[in-house]
Amino acid sequence: MPEEAIFEDALERRQAAALGMWTFLATEVLLFGALFVAYALNYHLHADAFREAARRLEHLLAGANTAVLLSSSWTMAMAVHSAAAGRRRSLLAYLAATMLLGAAFLGVKAIEYRTEYEHGLFPGRFTWQGPAPARLFFNFYYALTGLHAAHVSAGLAALAWLWLSAFRARLDPRSVAAVENTGLYWHLVDMVWIFLYPMLYLMGRAP
Amino acid sequence: MKGPGPRVYAAVYAALMALLGVTMALSAVDLGPFGAAAAFSIAAFKAILVALYFMHLRYERGLLAVFASAGFVWLGVLALLAYCDYLTR
Repeated sequence: MPEEAIFEDALERRQAAALGMWTFLATEVLLFGALFVAYALNYHLHADAFREAARRLEHLLAGANTAVLLSSSWTMAMAVHSAAAGRRRSLLAYLAATMLLGAAFLGVKAIEYRTEYEHGLFPGRFTWQGPAPARLFFNFYYALTGLHAAHVSAGLAALAWLWLSAFRARLDPRSVAAVENTGLYWHLVDMVWIFLYPMLYLMGRAP
Repeated sequence: MKGPGPRVYAAVYAALMALLGVTMALSAVDLGPFGAAAAFSIAAFKAILVALYFMHLRYERGLLAVFASAGFVWLGVLALLAYCDYLTR
């Protein structure tokens, strides 16, 4: 059945796509949210140890990385705007900028992980003589930032696919919807980091 | 599709970066028990800006707004019940 027979008009098509995407994003909110709640409860149980452990993280690098990810959300919003306006060249440029910023974020995260490895804060090579629940803090830290980094990587793959299809062919309503949905996903991943940053990196600093 | 334009996006981006600057500056000073509250209020404000403008929620109506809120509402229920359990033990 051709799509024209399913959707009354372009607006209806777009709303159907966004509705499906938000349903998926709700599951993502609960996936990260459950971990956030588990972290928060454990933080209350072992507040002093968690704070001492959090002070071992590279909070300045994380702050810089937050700026990188916020910038990528802006370029992504501009990519969506360009796609909706049918401006293919500006879409390609903003998608490329978003990919560069996303890759830079992962690069900084890799530097952080390396520093933690060298400081003996890595699972399997944990040599830091901190308070006992500090290990629990680091388990949360690697689970949360690792899951987030996996989401950034998936976003980069989706962006690369969008870039290639926009490079190869003209924009049709279906590819505009794909850009919009990838944008929603990218912003949600940014939103997760907006909370991870104070949760993990700033807790040791704010008494 | 009706949505915000480049000017709005630039303003939201500037606000997000300014809020990040405030968080980083505040984390360097000792605010006592208000430090965590300030950091999380700013994070929530940033997230709301992203949701309303970058994710267009300010311009959505009806069923889509319901679907978009569903995940956050259920997360609220999850957090509330989990806290009721742990904090009353």
